[in-house]
Amino acid sequence: MQEKVDVLIIGSGASGAAVAWSLAETKMRILCLEQGDWVKPTEYPTNGRDWEARQFTDFNASPNRRARPTDYPVNDDNSPIKVLNFNGVGGSTILYAAHFPRLHPSDFRVRTLDGVADDWPVDYKTLEPFFAENDRMMGVSGLAGDPAYPAHQPPMAPLPLGKSGTRFAQALNKLGWHWWPSDTTLATTDYDGRARCINLAHCMYGCAQGAKASTDITYWPAAIRAGVELRTRCRVREITTGENGMATGAIYYDADGAEHFQPAEVVIVACNGVGTPRLLLNSKSERFPNGLANSSGLVGKNLMFHPYAQIYGYAEEPLDGNHGPPLCLWSHEFYETDKSRGFVRGYSYQLGRGIGTITEAISSTAAGRLPWGDDHHAAYRRLMNHRIGMSAICEDLPEEHNRVTLDPVLKDSNGIPSPKIDYTISENSHRMLDHGIARAREILAAAGATDIGVERPILFGGWHLLGTARMGDDPTRSVVNGWGRSHDVKNLFIVDGSIFVTSGGVNPTSTIQALALYIADSIKQRLATLFD
Amino acid sequence: MPTETLSPAEARDLKCLAGMIIPASTAYSVPGADDDLIMADMLQSLGRDFADVRTALANLARLAGGSFASLDPDRRGAVVGDFRAEGGQPLAILTRLVLLCYYRDDRVMRSLNLEPRPPFPKGHVVEQGDWSLLDQVRTRPRFWRDAP
Repeated sequence: MQEKVDVLIIGSGASGAAVAWSLAETKMRILCLEQGDWVKPTEYPTNGRDWEARQFTDFNASPNRRARPTDYPVNDDNSPIKVLNFNGVGGSTILYAAHFPRLHPSDFRVRTLDGVADDWPVDYKTLEPFFAENDRMMGVSGLAGDPAYPAHQPPMAPLPLGKSGTRFAQALNKLGWHWWPSDTTLATTDYDGRARCINLAHCMYGCAQGAKASTDITYWPAAIRAGVELRTRCRVREITTGENGMATGAIYYDADGAEHFQPAEVVIVACNGVGTPRLLLNSKSERFPNGLANSSGLVGKNLMFHPYAQIYGYAEEPLDGNHGPPLCLWSHEFYETDKSRGFVRGYSYQLGRGIGTITEAISSTAAGRLPWGDDHHAAYRRLMNHRIGMSAICEDLPEEHNRVTLDPVLKDSNGIPSPKIDYTISENSHRMLDHGIARAREILAAAGATDIGVERPILFGGWHLLGTARMGDDPTRSVVNGWGRSHDVKNLFIVDGSIFVTSGGVNPTSTIQALALYIADSIKQRLATLFD
Repeated sequence: MPTETLSPAEARDLKCLAGMIIPASTAYSVPGADDDLIMADMLQSLGRDFADVRTALANLARLAGGSFASLDPDRRGAVVGDFRAEGGQPLAILTRLVLLCYYRDDRVMRSLNLEPRPPFPKGHVVEQGDWSLLDQVRTRPRFWRDAP
C-alpha cells in the first residue's frame, strides 16, 4: 500500500493541473495520478517531414484511432459526433487549438434570461479573478476592448491578422457584424520560459516550439516545484469508499499492470466529461450501487459536445495557407439569444486560415473538388493556399438522454469497462447550425470566396466533453455543489468540464480552468470545515 | 517499420491505380504518384492502414476480374469508375495514403514553391495585416448581456 496523501488528484489535464498548482501553497501532501506519459517537445509532429501524416496516426485526436497504450477506447458508434481527447501530462491541452474564449456572463443565467436549462450556482463575476489568474498562468494573447465581453486585459498582444484575418475583417465590416482578435494561449512574445510563436501552424497537434500553452509546460512545472508529486502511467480503476461513505483513495494500475491502492484524505477527479463519469460509474460499491456520487442518477447524463459546422471557400488570391496559427479571430455576433432567429441561445464563429498541403488534397478529394487524372494538378494549384475557412460552434443544451454509460463489452488494456456514448443533436441545435451555415455563406461571399464547402456536424468534432456531473445547489438535480464538492461524498471533488451546467457557445478550456481555480480556492477557504 | 507488406500483385495494382489518381505532368514538372520513390514511401507507410488498403485492393481486383494492372487502359478506366462508385472507407484510406506520400515528396513540394522541410524550427512568417480595420468594431457599444 502506498503512503497516504492529503489530496489525490486523478488526471493532469487542464483542470487537474490548475487545481494542483493552486492547492500547492497549502503545503498539503498532494499527488496526481495520470494514466499517460509526459510528451517531449521533440516528439511533436512538426519536428519531422511526416508532420501532416501523424495527425492520422499517433497524434490523432480520436483515442480509438490513436490507440496508444495510454489511451482507453470509447464506444461512440451511437453518436454523430466522435469523442476526441489526449491522455498524457497536460491532457487534452496537448491536442487543442489554443482558442481561449471565456463563457459570457449570460451563460451562467440561462434559465433566468432565456427560460431554458438551469442557472449555474456560480456566476461570471465570481469567476472573473480566476479567469484573470488563469490567463496569467497559461499566458494568453489577445486584445482588450472587445464589445462582446466584459473588460479584461490579456497579458500578450494578439496573433497577427495575416491575409486571411484581413480578408475576414473586411467582410465582417462590410456586413456590419462583430469580429475581434481571439484570446489564444499562443505566446506572441517570450513568456514565462516559453518561446514566442514562430508560426509552425500545426498547433492542434502539439507545439514543438513550446509557444502553445499546454499544462505540462505551464501549471505543472510550477506545481512540481511547489512540492506536488505527479505520477505517470497510473490508470485509476475506481475510487474507494469506507464505512462512513467517505472516499478513502483509489485503486490504480501502473505501467506494468500491477494493481495498487493509493489512500487519500481528499480525492479530486479531473478526467474530463467522459472520463469522469466513466470512473464514477466504475466505482460501484454496496453503499453506492449506481456508481459513486450518483444519488441524483445524473452521473453520465446531460452530455454536451458543441455541434460544430465547418464552412469554407476559396479566394482568387493566395492567402496564408497553413503558415500561421489556424485560428486568429472570433465573431460573437450571434452569441446572445434572439428568438426571432428561430432558436434559443447562440453560437460563435472561429475564423481561421487555411489547412496543410496534404490535408487540402485529402479534404478536397473527399469533397469531389479535386479530380483524379490529368486535371488533378491544375485543380490542386487553384486550391492550395486559397482556402479561407470558419466554423460555427453552437451551444449544446443539456438533455438527459445524451449520456455516457459503461459499455457492457468494450474494455481498456487493464480490463476496465470503457465509456459508451449515446448522443443526438437537438432540434434547437439543428436550427442553430442552419443559421450559422447561412450567415457563414454570407461572410464568405463578402470575403470573395467561392466554391463553398460545408461539413455539418464536424464528425470528429467532440473536443468539448461537458455536463456529465453537473454542479448545482439541489442534490436531486446535480452531482456536485456550487464549489465542486460531491453532494454524496463530502471529501470527493470534481473540477473538470463534466461539472458544466450548460455549454455556452465557445471553447470551454478557459472556463474549465477558472472553475478549477475557484474550486481550489473554495477548498483553501474552508480547510477547517471542508467535510461539514 | 511496417510489419506487414503487400504482395507483389497487390503492389502492382496499387502502383497502377496511384498513377491514375495522380499522373505525371510535364507541364508542372512533377512525377506521378506511381513514381518509384513515392511508391516506396507508400509501402513503408501502410502501418495501421494496411488492412483497409488491402481490402480496397481486393475490391479493385474483384472488379477487374483479376489483375487490375494487367488490364488495357480503357478497361482500367471503366473499372476505376466502378471502384469509385462503390466508395467506402477502404477506398478513402487508400486514396489518403497516395495523397499523403505524393504531397510530401521533395520534387512535388518544390513544384508548389514549398520548402521540403518540417515546420520546426524555422517556422513561417505571417504578416500583421491591417489593424485599422478594427476601428469600426471598437466604436460599437457593448452587446454582452448583463446577468442578474
